[in-house]
Amino acid sequence: MSQTITIDGKEIPFSEGQTIMDAAIAADIYIPHLCHNPDYTPHGSCKLCTVKVNGRNCSACTFPATEGQEIQNQSDELEKDRKRITQMLFVEGNHFCPSCEKTGNCQLQGVAYYLDMHDNHFPHFFANREVDSSHPEILIDHNRCIFCNLCVRASQEKDHKNVFAISGRGINKRLIINSISGQLKDSDIAIDDCAAHICPTGAILIKRTGYQVPIGERIYDKQKIDAVALAKENKDHG
Amino acid sequence: MQTFIQSVIDKYAASTVRLLDILRDIQAEYQHISSPAIELLSSQLNIPRTQIISVIEFYSFLHASPTGKYDILISDSITDLMLDKENLLNYFASQLKLTVGELRSDGLVSLNNTSCTGMCDQGPAGLVNGYALTHLDRPRVDAIVKLVEQQVPVAEWPSEFFQVDDNIHQAGLLLQAPIQAGEGLKASFKRGVQKTLQEIDISGLRGRGGAGFKTAMKWRFCSEEQETERYVVCNADEGEPGTFKDRVLLNSYAHQVFEGMTICASIINAQQGFLYLRGEYLHLYQPLLDILEERRKLNLLGKNILDQQHFNFDIEIRLGCGAYICGEESALIESLEGKRGIPRNRPPYPVSQGYLNKPTVVNNVETFLATAKIAVEGGQWFADIGTEQSKGTKILSISGDCAKSGIYEYPFGTSIAQVLEDCGATDVLGIQVGGPSGTFIDISEDQRKLAFEDLATGGSFIIFNQSRNILDIVKNFTHFFAHESCGFCTPCRVGTALLKKQLDKITDGHGSAGDVVALEELCQLVKNNSHCGLGQTAANPILSTLERYPEHYQKQLKAISYEPGFDLDASLETARRLANRDDAGAHLSQVEED
Amino acid sequence: MADKFKVATTSLAGCFGCHMSFLDIDERMIELAKHVEFDRSPITDIEHCSPCDIGLIEGGVCNSENVHVLREFRKNCKILVAVGACAINGGLPAMRNHIPLEECLNESYIDGIGVENGQIPNDPELPLLLDKVHPIHEIVKVDYYLPGCPPSADVFWAFLSDLIAGKEPSLPYDLVHFD
Repeated sequence: MSQTITIDGKEIPFSEGQTIMDAAIAADIYIPHLCHNPDYTPHGSCKLCTVKVNGRNCSACTFPATEGQEIQNQSDELEKDRKRITQMLFVEGNHFCPSCEKTGNCQLQGVAYYLDMHDNHFPHFFANREVDSSHPEILIDHNRCIFCNLCVRASQEKDHKNVFAISGRGINKRLIINSISGQLKDSDIAIDDCAAHICPTGAILIKRTGYQVPIGERIYDKQKIDAVALAKENKDHG
Repeated sequence: MQTFIQSVIDKYAASTVRLLDILRDIQAEYQHISSPAIELLSSQLNIPRTQIISVIEFYSFLHASPTGKYDILISDSITDLMLDKENLLNYFASQLKLTVGELRSDGLVSLNNTSCTGMCDQGPAGLVNGYALTHLDRPRVDAIVKLVEQQVPVAEWPSEFFQVDDNIHQAGLLLQAPIQAGEGLKASFKRGVQKTLQEIDISGLRGRGGAGFKTAMKWRFCSEEQETERYVVCNADEGEPGTFKDRVLLNSYAHQVFEGMTICASIINAQQGFLYLRGEYLHLYQPLLDILEERRKLNLLGKNILDQQHFNFDIEIRLGCGAYICGEESALIESLEGKRGIPRNRPPYPVSQGYLNKPTVVNNVETFLATAKIAVEGGQWFADIGTEQSKGTKILSISGDCAKSGIYEYPFGTSIAQVLEDCGATDVLGIQVGGPSGTFIDISEDQRKLAFEDLATGGSFIIFNQSRNILDIVKNFTHFFAHESCGFCTPCRVGTALLKKQLDKITDGHGSAGDVVALEELCQLVKNNSHCGLGQTAANPILSTLERYPEHYQKQLKAISYEPGFDLDASLETARRLANRDDAGAHLSQVEED
Repeated sequence: MADKFKVATTSLAGCFGCHMSFLDIDERMIELAKHVEFDRSPITDIEHCSPCDIGLIEGGVCNSENVHVLREFRKNCKILVAVGACAINGGLPAMRNHIPLEECLNESYIDGIGVENGQIPNDPELPLLLDKVHPIHEIVKVDYYLPGCPPSADVFWAFLSDLIAGKEPSLPYDLVHFD
């Protein structure tokens, strides 16, 4: 007999070993997320996918689905908390969307739009972060890094390299690059690496590909992130 | 340098699991871990340099840039602050002619703050090259300055500077009659180890770190795992400000603690145990190694312990490097594995996938202490004491405004009033029970009880008298959490930094009514969404005082709708100076003037 | 007919792009004029605010004059609206925030390319720069935010139409943009 969990009153099936996120995606239910990508080991750090499981907050991307769980994904409380967490990411870094090539294709922005976020709510940190343009083909703007860890995982799990790592503690957390100089040009990243293309924001960009699609005609200009994410992440969509 | 580093690598068999130990040794020798050292380690250990850098940057006691040959840290615990630590620190800095947080230009000495060093009963306290300093005052500071300037090795400093007293003022069930070395194991083997587990079950013992999970249940879960390679870990990373009971237990009851670990090993079938000792207790490291050696000689550790065929178990001590988060059991395990102390996603829990992803029991020092005695006396002996849900006794570390700070052991169910009377606390305003992550209670609640069902505590008990300012206390705790957040999850990483900003705005006098509402909202957000206990409790100091003392916050507020959280006029200072202006138009009032 | 809504607008550390976008409502301006009367605004040349219903602020806060103007708006406007990226998060002017102000001024007025006989302006008539550019919500309380760089004409129209109709303003998905 197949096992099921219930998300917002809808009963959906799951199989052994699946997380709540896996089961939700397979059932075409969108749970907001930034650090999660089904192609990589779940990380559970952004906390946007927080859902209530039998009344308790859990990260959907890491929490295993088990028979009979009652899960709340959409509620005013959860939506408000998700909006606030997104706003935290916006004030922590320096996200000046009008000057970013990723605008319109940026998942951080896509989630913010989805959550009807109009402002950053909190005081800004105006953190002092660097731009590493040393590499001939790939640019890193640390101002836009949200520490999703996806480039770290992509480099390890898919590229079998260790180009990136997360360092520092607390609010001084930072993305570091594996080279003697600490610069990207001296690392062994290659333009075809998954790590060079995985960034959900504009922190890692490919040079000389900018503005090929005009602003206003980009991914999240045309479609909400729930539809975009499910189309990509639910393999049944082919 | 190459030779030294190679010898360190060899000492730890080039094991990446020992990265923290390797880095500690290099730090101790060269006062930092330089880039060439990192490169050498990277190639010799065959790990990316980023892995080494990220570990260095995570732990407060490891540095990529040089600290002084004499690296002096002063404890920033609230109890030290109450003993005028801030003035003492400034005095220290002026005598050493340096700026707090910086290395003196001659490279000889550095001075900085550090989180609570667990000497709250004998502060103001500090550390020099990792070794605990107690009872600091101006004469002692003068003497230390002289020793530093004369470059006298720390090992030759007067021993009274390093004297750490137990200060046991009230011994109960556990402290008054420690067991003989081997007594618990003998009793357990005689009874049968599985029967001993039953006795522990009967005792009702719950974990003493604060969370209170039933010890017997944890051990049973672990012993039922398929995987047969299993570990016992004793959590001696007591970083909760105001807690120092484990320091005393490891100083004077270490045999019994190790005995508890060994009994656990016999029950869950583990071969290896670890004591994760917080770096601040470096002074205990060698004495503990000696006790382990003594236990090996007594056949209480090693092969065929007490002639039990096939019962082989040994204990290793691993030192922490200054990270409060490593008191969280899964972060502790990560740290044991030589990594950054980032709490894991759970499930799986350590009992099924702990150290090296093998089944692992992690318990508090006091828990192991209790199990050894229960093995001798039986479960009922313990269960007869305490309350319905909290059996036995609890060892408290009492500090702050009282006549006799130190260690007190009480049966669960004891009232706060009783504790206050015993330690000679008068004119009390409130008590922080369980440290910053616990609850701040008002004196009017002194009939409340020490118990999991009422006031749970890992042992921290800080008393504040009526002369203390609630907001100063809360500010210290809130800054502590922001400093100690590991940064893994958004709500805690950004949230604790925002809590600090928002609270400072209010305490600095820039707050208005809306700011308290925003503060409370932020508290709930951080509490409800954080990854682990640190974030989930980081807002407790604010929440528990907002509930009890709203007027203390209100008093700080301005009767205006909103005020900036930064000093407007000060932010014109650079421009004023560069334009050489000081006219009225070159200044801004903080709030609009009518 | 009911009294008209009084609206004031200004640009602080902004580029007037939001104002241009507002004007892009084109012929809808005629409909708007039936309900709205402009007070202080670049459109009217009225220099100071009188009590208004709505204040639209473009731009962040980069100098002392911005602070004074923002306070005047907050004091006089029942509803204060942060319009566009700069008012909301400091925007492009805030990209100077990680460069010390002294360096900025030296580069502009002393050692920049082409500067001769450089001097940092010190006329008391000139407002002094704050060491950082701030979003307006860090200086005064803000009631609503219209995101975008600039917010499109439709955003202004939707927002003001809701207010005029006495509804709680909301923006449909396709009007929420940060670029």
